[in-house]
Amino acid sequence: MSFDLVVNGAAHRLAAQPATVGDLVRALNLVGKRIAVERNGEIVPKGRYEETTISPDDRFEIVAAVGGG
Amino acid sequence: MNAPADQANFAATLADPLVINGTAYRSRLLVGTGKYRDFAQTREAVIASGAQIVTVAIRRTNLGQDANAPSLLDALPPSEFTYLPNSAGCYTADDAVRTLKLARELLDGHALTKLEVLGDANTLFPNVRETLKAAERLVADGFQVMVYTSDDPIIARELEQIGCVAIMPLASLIGSGMGILNPWNLRLIIEQSKVPVLVDAGVGTASDAAIAMELGCAGVLMNTAIALATDPVRMARAMRLAVEAGRDAFLAGRMPRKLYAASPSSPTSGLIA
Repeated sequence: MSFDLVVNGAAHRLAAQPATVGDLVRALNLVGKRIAVERNGEIVPKGRYEETTISPDDRFEIVAAVGGG
Repeated sequence: MNAPADQANFAATLADPLVINGTAYRSRLLVGTGKYRDFAQTREAVIASGAQIVTVAIRRTNLGQDANAPSLLDALPPSEFTYLPNSAGCYTADDAVRTLKLARELLDGHALTKLEVLGDANTLFPNVRETLKAAERLVADGFQVMVYTSDDPIIARELEQIGCVAIMPLASLIGSGMGILNPWNLRLIIEQSKVPVLVDAGVGTASDAAIAMELGCAGVLMNTAIALATDPVRMARAMRLAVEAGRDAFLAGRMPRKLYAASPSSPTSGLIA
């Protein structure tokens, strides 16, 4: 059963509901990428991905470094 | 091999590092990584510039795209460069602080950061009120803040008192390439500051960078002047040389200006006629 989660300001369809932030990062193919994750406005440190559980109405921001001045 | 000249260059750069919050950098040129054709050109230009500190922006990551698509971090590995994440595009202290906290998490706790809070979308002029607020919060949170600001010496002094590790006034508007428009204000800021003062924004070509350094700036930060040159890699090299030349000229102390001197450089006696 698919599952919609708000990531980066828009609903993002996932194959299944992720239980933890670690699951979400895997589902989005972002494992090993240099990213930072914010859940409902609070940073989720890298070391806590597996222990941070996800509720259906959570809102996520996932950012990366890009070219800029 | 022209060993004497090489050794002289080496000794000079070693003797005169840019020190930011206790960390020494060989290069006084800091460069942005935006507006390049591709990552290969970004890398080539950054290497030609000799920069050790490179600015990056923090943006929402693309979702559902090829996981193996090239990224900036592949082109410029954080093991080779000091990343200076910025808060470009932020218009409030809240957004800037939030962005830079994400950057710190992304870069494994790296605390050196470039704060910029904009006030106007057309001119990209900084909002100094929001900049001061954000600087206070970031410094209290342990960030090392290099702050982009206007060339107002009073604001610059307040930012230093807050604890910013470098003051970075604009020379002219971001991306304008208009050069050093108010050298007198920059001089006032340089004179009063105990932390490094770097020109950030406005440099258009190599002579602008040299002028900034001759004024006594500790360094120059630029992006557009290199990235939008017809040949960015060659311009990056020009900027490296200009920053080094301007710094040396500043340290050497220029001769006084005279309307005329009547003092030729060649001997006045011993002429054959």
